Amino acid sequence: MTARQVLSSVVVAAILMFVLPVFFDVLNLTTFAAYALLALSLGFVWGYGGILCFGQTAFYGLGAYVYALTAINTGEAWSGFFLAILLPALFAAILGAMMFYGRLSDVYLAVVTLVVSLILFRFMNHTAGEQWVIGEARLGGFNGIPGFPTLHIPGDPEAYIYDENLYYFTFIVLVLCYLLTRWLLGSPFGRILVGLRENEQRIELLGYDVRARKTAAFAFGGGLAGLAGCLYANAAEIITPELFGLGLAAEIIIWVIVGGAGTLIGPMIGAAVLGYLKFVLGLRAVKEVFGRENPLEATLVFGTILILFILFLPRGMVPSIRDWLGRARLGRGGPRRSSRRRRTQAERARPNA
Amino acid sequence: MRKGARDAVVEARGVSVRFGGVAALDAVDFVLADKELRCLIGPNGAGKSTFFKCLTGVLRPSEGDIRIRGIDCVGAHPHEIAGLGVGIKTQVPSVMNGLSVRENIWIAARKRNSTRDADRIVTETLERIGIADSAGEPVGNLAHGRRQLVEFGTVLAGDPWLILLDEPAAGLTAEEAERAVDIIIEMNDRAAIIVVEHDMHFIRQLAKTVTVLHQGRILTEGHVDTVLGDPLVRDVYLGKSQ
Repeated sequence: MTARQVLSSVVVAAILMFVLPVFFDVLNLTTFAAYALLALSLGFVWGYGGILCFGQTAFYGLGAYVYALTAINTGEAWSGFFLAILLPALFAAILGAMMFYGRLSDVYLAVVTLVVSLILFRFMNHTAGEQWVIGEARLGGFNGIPGFPTLHIPGDPEAYIYDENLYYFTFIVLVLCYLLTRWLLGSPFGRILVGLRENEQRIELLGYDVRARKTAAFAFGGGLAGLAGCLYANAAEIITPELFGLGLAAEIIIWVIVGGAGTLIGPMIGAAVLGYLKFVLGLRAVKEVFGRENPLEATLVFGTILILFILFLPRGMVPSIRDWLGRARLGRGGPRRSSRRRRTQAERARPNA
Repeated sequence: MRKGARDAVVEARGVSVRFGGVAALDAVDFVLADKELRCLIGPNGAGKSTFFKCLTGVLRPSEGDIRIRGIDCVGAHPHEIAGLGVGIKTQVPSVMNGLSVRENIWIAARKRNSTRDADRIVTETLERIGIADSAGEPVGNLAHGRRQLVEFGTVLAGDPWLILLDEPAAGLTAEEAERAVDIIIEMNDRAAIIVVEHDMHFIRQLAKTVTVLHQGRILTEGHVDTVLGDPLVRDVYLGKSQ
């Protein structure tokens, strides 16, 4: 990644960061930024590593729980903040090592990751009793954990970062994670990872340890998802076992498909757009229009969107828009024939993972 | 077998592979000297590919011992064997279709070199195999023969001292096959090579020494002209034009 690309990303992100609050509520935006980070983590693991993880929620929920439990026990936020990255990454490394060293792939991997997340979901739901305590924190079962210390200015646990400042913080963390992931993908590790997605056998026959590399990529994705969980917890100020649930697990996949797998920006946009859509569908005003039998129930709408995208825009929003823009630009000037050839090449070059 | 173990690059002793009751390989002894170019031939089902898979670590022999430069390789993973400096080309072209020719070769070169050296090696390799003109193209766009060349490029870029090639001529046009012969002979300057092949024309252009496998055993071994003139070998290939 060149310095110019970094600079332009930062400028675009900064403009967005200041313009968005004019149109949307900051609390919503903070939540969408956390979703976007979660989508980024799956966009990396699936779109670039070729690892279809159906249970990215496991690391997300874990990040949220680790943060809340640590914050309650320590009375401050920052140790929890970092543990919320480290522990999910470690958990992902262990789970990943078991799967990749066991030569598990494709659909089995998707099933195992989903089941792990659902086990955590069921487990957390059963921790309502008083015996389920970690330090001073009760796990709270179905009701989750409310009222934990949220982020504050380092060194001063009373100076909470909330509302607009929390939004800025979350947004900046998201941008930093995006840049870090971009950088990683441009590094030898990232380039070899993409080669691995394209042809695992070839990478192995070139002498690279495929299992170790996939495990490392999976752990990186787990760390990002854990951080997303921590940021979500700070926005919501309550966490429940729903974070591990099937609903969210499926939604992340839809975000990535709709936004465009094989890009980083796509999943992030997909998460924000669909997150906002879900918010709108959940508004009382919208619900009251239809009464009890609401045809705009979120899961139904999301399912329809997923089907429409798979049928008509299987590569997702961002790759398709890029193509349209590229076509429009090429159509305006330059030699016709060569431009057309270049376009088809670019199209085929794009990974279809 | 006449060769002493000291200068052997590959030394296989009593290698057997059994699938259930069927012996795909039956006590095969095989020795390859440094810088030697050896063709492994035999009719379908002779055990060529099985033996190849044992050498590359894809299959673990039921019995026997395989040493590459004296290192015990039974049970080693393919990436460990490749990591010794062994270049491997599989039967079906195994390339990274979504990536450009340049990126394919870069990933190969990066294994044992710094990023900067890898960049230099890529440019050299593209010239050597004669596909510099399609360096930026995704490999998936190329014709079969060109993709074979890209795979040669990935093998070459690793600068291996032992090269294992499984049916390198498969699906090549006559012209491309000639190019492949040139490349293999050039690679032989720096590396010992085992070629598994059944295109007789290709073998005649390439090899001095040939090992014939039949029904999982070594039928005969010797100079290419002697072996291909052997009536026994002709019988094995019965019905096949050679």
